[in-house]
Amino acid sequence: MSHIEMENLKKTYDHQQNVLDGINLEISEGEFFVLVGPSGSGKSTLLRMIAGLEEISGGLLKMNGNVVNHLRPKERNLSMVFQNYALYPHLTVEQNILFGLHARKVSKSEQKKRLMETAEMMGLGDLLKRKPKQLSGGQRQRVALARAVVSQAPICLMDEPLSNLDAKLRAHMRMEIKRLQQQLGLTLVYVTHDQVEAMTMGDRIMVLHDGEIQQVGDPITLYNEPANLFVASFIGSPKINLTRAKVQDNQLYITDELKIPLRDTFLPKKELIVGIRAEHIQHATDETATHELEVITVEHLGNETSITFSVGNDYWTAKWIGQWQLKAGDKVKVSLTEEYLSFFDPVTEELIQPARVHAKEDEVVAI
Amino acid sequence: MTEFVIQSEQAYAKVWNKARKRQRLHSFLKGLLFLLPSILLFSVFLFYPLAKTIYLSFYLTDASGATTVYVGLENYKQLFISPIFQKSLEVTFLFVVYTVPGTIVISLFLALLANEKLKGIGIFRTIFSSTMGISVAAASVFWMFLFHPTIGWLNQMLATFGVDSIGWLTDPDWALFSVSISTIWMNIGFTFLILLGGLQSIDRYLYESADIDGAGYFYKLRRITIPMLSPTLFFVITVSFINAFQTFGQVDMLTRGGPQNETNVIVYSIYQEAFMNYKHGAASAQAIILFILILLLTFIQFKLGERKVHYQ
Ligand SMILES: Nc1ncnc2c1ncn2[C@@H]1O[C@H](COP(=O)(O)OP(=O)(O)O)[C@@H](O)[C@H]1O
Ligand SMILES: [Mg+2]
Repeated sequence: MSHIEMENLKKTYDHQQNVLDGINLEISEGEFFVLVGPSGSGKSTLLRMIAGLEEISGGLLKMNGNVVNHLRPKERNLSMVFQNYALYPHLTVEQNILFGLHARKVSKSEQKKRLMETAEMMGLGDLLKRKPKQLSGGQRQRVALARAVVSQAPICLMDEPLSNLDAKLRAHMRMEIKRLQQQLGLTLVYVTHDQVEAMTMGDRIMVLHDGEIQQVGDPITLYNEPANLFVASFIGSPKINLTRAKVQDNQLYITDELKIPLRDTFLPKKELIVGIRAEHIQHATDETATHELEVITVEHLGNETSITFSVGNDYWTAKWIGQWQLKAGDKVKVSLTEEYLSFFDPVTEELIQPARVHAKEDEVVAI
Repeated sequence: MTEFVIQSEQAYAKVWNKARKRQRLHSFLKGLLFLLPSILLFSVFLFYPLAKTIYLSFYLTDASGATTVYVGLENYKQLFISPIFQKSLEVTFLFVVYTVPGTIVISLFLALLANEKLKGIGIFRTIFSSTMGISVAAASVFWMFLFHPTIGWLNQMLATFGVDSIGWLTDPDWALFSVSISTIWMNIGFTFLILLGGLQSIDRYLYESADIDGAGYFYKLRRITIPMLSPTLFFVITVSFINAFQTFGQVDMLTRGGPQNETNVIVYSIYQEAFMNYKHGAASAQAIILFILILLLTFIQFKLGERKVHYQ
């Protein structure tokens, strides 16, 4: 059972307001599916409902076509990795890994075989006799993964498994989890609040906010064509620059002075919200320049420079390759053109029209 | 800091050593100052009485407790040949064996029940822990009514089943058992509360992870609950053990050590020796023996416990 379907799934705690509101979703076999959203959006609740740890208040949860709402966690044939790893502190690494097999009365020889395979795969061979408190954070994480692997369940659920690790280790474990998922062909449902994790790991991403699905799609689609303002500002770092603007005589007035001519864009509204990604505010020469902006702050990242400009009442951040020696107050020539702009409805916050061009031609890689 | 010129490493080592000694003394004095209130309290109410008891145990005394004749170890020697003292040692051990496991097992069972997430579980938690708020005297009176030979509920209940009435507190075969039952009842509140606290501090993710792994109730109990609860269990066992050795109130209220010394536990025997027979010397010797006994058994418990208890 490794194909998951949700039909109008609902969750309320103690008859209060819905924590999850009508979730319709399909996760296919062997998919790396990421649930992302800010803290409190209901990600853990949804994951725990799939696991069977949380009762389903309404709707249907299906696995391979069968309704499983009523099944207990152990009957759903899945494994789970918890944020705090949930290792048994009084058991050794070996006993921790074998806990589930032992409970399910798997034969001794089978246990031994699977333990050896898993320990080797996860690089835990030398640590089997240790207790969890004698392990580093990364090693504990690996034991938690090993427990999921050893169960050979086709579905694996992970709830913010990397949030207790430092940045460097996190980047490493991202890769390891992704590799593991591909190697074992797991259907992986992965919860995180970190959009970088979502973007780098997921085959498909679902953005959740206040218990409602905002958008489901592959990472690039979410980045290029965010369905609404929430997704636009949640996905991508630095955040997309958003500003209210007016349309008049085929001109887009961002402020009274700053206007962008609209040649190929037809907009049905007079007022809207304009979004532009940091990499689309481009440095320009005298010939290509369309505007001049005032620098507020400059941050050096080594290979890139992040520059904040003042635009009307807002600040826009641009990200330029290389090291730019600029200081606050400098006027810089930039090119701002319509094909890089996304437009959102100021009332419904829905996307009206995505940017037509998403990357500079020379950066687009076609396969 | 005083300034000094460093001439050589040796000279520096000297200065450094001196400074370090001064710092140590300083922090020792500071620590002592913080401890002063408890040291004073302990001295007045613990160390001084203990020393005085040891001192008294080497003497004969008059009725007021003043020492008369130094007898050395005579008081102790007398105890070891006294059949009454041997009886009271035996009774005390039996009492411990009856009450400690009973209290722990029943409290653990109740705590496991009360730890389930059910509607209205708070009511049961309150009921189960309520005996903690009842004084030994009040509880003894309550049990005295239950045990009453003719109008007591226990015997009335037996009568409805056609069973002969039992002399709960007057029959030598039953008295210790009855006192133990009432003691278990009195101790359950405290033990239950501590164990429930221990159960609630176990991370619920451990159980959820086990649920997903396919573990059943008893498997979880054996592999997670008991090991994770072991520090709390150990604490509760040790405290119950010591408490059982020191029981006095309910014996005094229910049986006064009788019938035929069947419930004459050591502390009650000490009380009788000192305040009925005015033999403070002999009573002190008994007290010292009890002290050593508890000390030894607790020490053994710690040694055994070290291996079985999983501290986080
Ligand atoms: N056991 C619970 N009882 C009541 N409310 C809960 C419970 N668990 C979570 N919630 C509420 O449900 C919402 C979603 O929580 P959660 O799924 O943990 O969010 P996330 O994992 O996305 O941070 C939050 O508003 C939280 O307060
Ligand atoms: Mg969460």
